Amino acid sequence: MNLDSKIPEGPLSEKWSNHKFKMRLVNPSNRRKYKVIVVGSGLAGSSAASSLAEQGYNVSCFCYQDSPRRAHSIAAQGGINASKNYQNDGDSVHRLFYDTIKGGDYRSREANVYRLAEVSENIIDHCVAQGVPFAREYGGLLANRSFGGAQVSRTFYARGQTGQQLLLGAYSGLNRQIGLGKVKMHTRHEMLDLVIVEGHAKGIITRNLVTGAIDRHAADCVVLTTGGYGNVFYLSTNAQGCNVTATHRAYKKGAGFANPCYTQIHPTCIPVHGEDQSKLTLMSESLRNDGRVWVPKLSETAEKIRSGELDPNLVSEADRDYYLERKYPSFGNLAPRDISSRSAKEVCDEGLGVASSGLGVFLDFRDAIARDGEQAIRERYGNLFEMYNRITGEDPYKKPMMIFPAVHYTMGGLWVDYNLQSTIEGLFVGGEANFSDHGSNRLGASALMQGLADGYFVLPYTVGNYLGELGIDKAGSVTTSDPAFEAVEAEVKARIDRLLSIKGNRSARSLHKELGKIIWDYCGMARSEKGLREAIEKIQALKKEFWSNLSITGSASTLNIELERAGRVADFIEFGELMCRDALMREESCGGHFRIEHQTKEGEALRNDKDFAFVGVWGYNGDAKEPSLYKESLDFENVALATRSYK
Amino acid sequence: MNLNLKVWRQQGGQSKGKFEEYSLENVSEEASFLEMLDALNEQLISKKEDPVAFDHDCREGICGMCSMTINGEPHGPEKATTTCQLHMRHFKDGETITIEPWRARAFPVLKDLVTDRSAFDSVMQAGGFITARTGSAVDANEIPIPKGVLDEAMDAAACIGCGACVAACPNASAMLFTGAKVSHLNSLPQGQAEKERRSILMVEAMDSAGFGGCTNVGACESVCPKTISLDVIAKLNRDYHVSSIKKIMRF
Repeated sequence: MNLDSKIPEGPLSEKWSNHKFKMRLVNPSNRRKYKVIVVGSGLAGSSAASSLAEQGYNVSCFCYQDSPRRAHSIAAQGGINASKNYQNDGDSVHRLFYDTIKGGDYRSREANVYRLAEVSENIIDHCVAQGVPFAREYGGLLANRSFGGAQVSRTFYARGQTGQQLLLGAYSGLNRQIGLGKVKMHTRHEMLDLVIVEGHAKGIITRNLVTGAIDRHAADCVVLTTGGYGNVFYLSTNAQGCNVTATHRAYKKGAGFANPCYTQIHPTCIPVHGEDQSKLTLMSESLRNDGRVWVPKLSETAEKIRSGELDPNLVSEADRDYYLERKYPSFGNLAPRDISSRSAKEVCDEGLGVASSGLGVFLDFRDAIARDGEQAIRERYGNLFEMYNRITGEDPYKKPMMIFPAVHYTMGGLWVDYNLQSTIEGLFVGGEANFSDHGSNRLGASALMQGLADGYFVLPYTVGNYLGELGIDKAGSVTTSDPAFEAVEAEVKARIDRLLSIKGNRSARSLHKELGKIIWDYCGMARSEKGLREAIEKIQALKKEFWSNLSITGSASTLNIELERAGRVADFIEFGELMCRDALMREESCGGHFRIEHQTKEGEALRNDKDFAFVGVWGYNGDAKEPSLYKESLDFENVALATRSYK
Repeated sequence: MNLNLKVWRQQGGQSKGKFEEYSLENVSEEASFLEMLDALNEQLISKKEDPVAFDHDCREGICGMCSMTINGEPHGPEKATTTCQLHMRHFKDGETITIEPWRARAFPVLKDLVTDRSAFDSVMQAGGFITARTGSAVDANEIPIPKGVLDEAMDAAACIGCGACVAACPNASAMLFTGAKVSHLNSLPQGQAEKERRSILMVEAMDSAGFGGCTNVGACESVCPKTISLDVIAKLNRDYHVSSIKKIMRF
């Protein structure tokens, strides 16, 4: 597998400008002869599709939802980072670059991260021009807030709905192009496989989720912006439909999959209530500015709280363990996401958890309310408290909130070079679906930045460069009558027939739930060699169970929610095994990946830069064989590798 | 708790639908309404029956995908709450709950509780945008926007496009939806250049998509999960009429 990252020559700050100048251009009147497929309509997809269409390319965009506006980018709450330095507090492109590299625990590629920081300013300008209502001060200028992992105030926000407003902005640009006829939108369509012709990605096979029709779509190149794979855990903060199918299918067609074990577990989510739970809800990280995290010192006290015998407000100060403040005095309750999550797991493992399931810790606003008054807290967090109350039925002004970590984001994804092109020529990958910018841990408010950077300011250039290199005589040369389409379409249909013919006794949901439990237990917040080996065996057994005992009612030629789910779960099962393999291979702890064998005496993550400063890329070798590992070494020329300390 | 469910079942757009009754036992009060429906579907699948199709995705009240009328009310009994955030503790043991799809000519049923809401997208495609080509923007702080103006724009921009307003309206009017977008964009300095064009084109698209007219009933506002105010309809009316008159005068 060729892992040439194609990082341009020259100093870090000039790489992107130099590269843009050297790129091949396509004459404006020739652009209409090319067609680009964009799969997914979240921040990266909508912005790439509309920007490419603005340039003159013909774009076909696909999403599984009923409208591009529903993609899960919409659920992001907190904000979007940019190095505008509007607060005059010392921010710069270089500082945003540095914070992102450090936050990612030195497992990302310098040149890509620098470019991300560089274009971050253009994103804010563009979004404001589109009418995104970012918060403003009385003077009419933009407001900022602070986020974890940074000492400057660089986060732009639109109340608690920043993702929604940014997506609606990108969606409005997309709508304009749909109205102009430059983008053909295919809603309620799911990509089921990738078509490769002579080594180049030239199209996709989709299923129309309403009629069940299997269709071929050809283009000059394909862009995947299909999001992350957090739902491999079954319970996550992702939307129900989020899936790994598009990227996993691309992997099986030859695209390298990078760092699948890098997953982010967010510390402040509402705890699981019971077996029927389908979804976890995130509470903004900003709550940790005023809330204090604690559990009782004694497990007997915890037991009484769990059974409802004891009101937590009556637990005396001496019997409470504010464990984050105790372990990380300088960052306290604002320790980074990975560290806070792991600490919560540790206290719950010791039997100190306070939710009825045993899996929950308190986030207590009692002291903040006493200090600043209930009104001040209401102004800061009113909407979040309301949301908590709506879901749990409890009043956080009166009783401490309960929180527990949940899977939130996946840093791993398809491997891409500097041009965001995967190991398959003509297959580009943007947003959460690629691996490139966050290393092994993503900082808050950086996902929105990356999705839009890829879609607005990187892909429109690098896709154009690829098409320019192809040459105008190749434009539109591959059609759906190519035998490759027929072959892949036949595979897709055969797989659907196979799913429907099992006629077993278990629903796809129950199998998904079982997979999620394996992944959470063995490949969640703390991983070990023994556990991961066990997990791989269990997943292989589950795969057999799936293909022999799945039950789907209905047919393939109608709207069939169980068929949709089964296809996604089948891919999650295979992918879950790959994730465990990656976690097993990476004999170190870094960011979101914590191997219990690799920790300091104090229980902190222990990185191994000598042996593991590389991107782990997996290549598919067929279902019967183990995948091969390829490595892209990470060279740090501009930052010195250091141990993160939040003590 | 134990529940009796009356659920609208319809094979496809062309077939005739009807209510089917189901009983569901041991529903947790902590479950969300959609998790209750998940449990019903698991029960149906175990009996090899066709599960109930319904739209849902984020399950945190922001994507706007979930869409069902519960006991006659779009999104059910709780104020400012989408179906996915409605919890079973608001229902009683032994209660009969009636569940139907959105009912509106512009939102045809595709299957069971799933409707086709692409009419909303067509309204947006007609003018629900500010033309700003990628790369052409000035600095974000170049044009100050008073906080009050911004806050009003944000209130309107909070619409999630679920369609409850249309489902609640006796005329199946989309004025709250369209008004929200027009208010959002027309109130911002960046939206001024296309203000008149936008107002006219979006109203025309709304009419041709098959939505009814507004007769100031106000049901839309009371069911809106994001509490979009009727004021946006007043603003849409004002901008539409001013724009139409200007268009005529220019002739």
